[in-house]
Amino acid sequence: MAGSTKDIDALIELMARLPGLGPRSARRAVLHLIRKRALLLTPLADLMTRVAATARECLNCGNIGTSDVCDICTDERRATGELCVVEDVADLWAMERSGVFKGRYHVLGGTLSALDGVGPEELRIPRLADRITTEAITEVILALNATIDGQTTAHYIADQLGGRVRLTSLAQGVPIGGELDYLDDGTISAAMRARKDL
Amino acid sequence: MDWRDQGILLAVRHHGETSVIIEVFTQEHGRHAGVVRGGTSRKIAPILQPGAQLDVTWRARLEDHIGSFAVEPLRSRAAAAMSGRIALAGLNSVTALLSFCLPEREPHPNLYHHSERLLDLLGQDEIWPLAYLRWELGLLEELGFGLDLSACAVTGATEDLAYVSPRTGRAVSSAAAGDWADRLLPLPPCLRGQGPAPDAEIAEALRTTGFFMENRLAPSLGNRPLPEARGRFVDLVSRPR
Repeated sequence: MAGSTKDIDALIELMARLPGLGPRSARRAVLHLIRKRALLLTPLADLMTRVAATARECLNCGNIGTSDVCDICTDERRATGELCVVEDVADLWAMERSGVFKGRYHVLGGTLSALDGVGPEELRIPRLADRITTEAITEVILALNATIDGQTTAHYIADQLGGRVRLTSLAQGVPIGGELDYLDDGTISAAMRARKDL
Repeated sequence: MDWRDQGILLAVRHHGETSVIIEVFTQEHGRHAGVVRGGTSRKIAPILQPGAQLDVTWRARLEDHIGSFAVEPLRSRAAAAMSGRIALAGLNSVTALLSFCLPEREPHPNLYHHSERLLDLLGQDEIWPLAYLRWELGLLEELGFGLDLSACAVTGATEDLAYVSPRTGRAVSSAAAGDWADRLLPLPPCLRGQGPAPDAEIAEALRTTGFFMENRLAPSLGNRPLPEARGRFVDLVSRPR
């Protein structure tokens, strides 16, 4: 009996390593996949094999795609002269979901962190400087997290690129649907400083 | 066992999917680490920014366990720190240096109060670099590498003090320095709490304190390099604003 479920157990064990899943939820997911073999398991397995063979980092921006240069970088309509710098691919995907930005991206691959030994060399900052020249960039939007590490990195990049191009950063303040009563004092101070005329 | 204290958040590291390990410089328990369960959640993560003033309750079964923290925010300094380069670089330097040089679980109440006062000035860029310089002198003093700048080590004179001996950390007057002047470290007036303290002078003073950090303090801690964050702050202060 144990031998007959060895592969399934191994699959559960692997699934349990995924973010958001533990052993119990992995077991439920695997059971569901097996029950929906034709509808889910087989197509999923095929796709995973294909993605495993083709997924790679874009050589230009660091996005993840299935070719050496991603769709965003090859799309001429996105050569607007605006470049949005993000911390990692998840942030790029979040920006794309919003549909608000029509230019190109640059993924740093992290933030400066003395504690974790991440220095400027570990990030894709030299490549960013190259792209400003080669892609005739006119504005760099620093869409980095509103954390101490994120803003330290933003200031470092600003120092490196200072004078070469227009540099902007995302606004900070009250989120859509946010109630002042529930905001931390730091966010309220930032929002107050960034207030605008109505 | 458990205790409750106030502290300054120095560092945050991810631990598993939902928890973080934080390092806090507390008033009565010194630099102390512990796990914050659910520390990556949307509710708690914004609180856990370096420099935040926290009310922490630490619990563990045994004293030498890492234990876990329950945290309550008292003051967030993130917005003040993010208001400008000097503030941000300064905060990074303070937290990195405290994390670098304080032994774990050893209280340093004087340094704690000095650090708290310094961080509360974040955002006041006109006075912050000088306050930071005073803090670095206090840090050296607290850890046993204090500078004696009250009188000349050679003549005992209290006037015309222009250098610091790299060997003893004591002041030396211009007259006593003689041919040795080029081997001594500069002693700008701001290092003695005198004069208007322009940024260039503060940067020079920080190079002197940096010498003792690098050549006295760091070797006593296993010869690790000083945190880069300090270098970035000194570099920023050296530049014209």
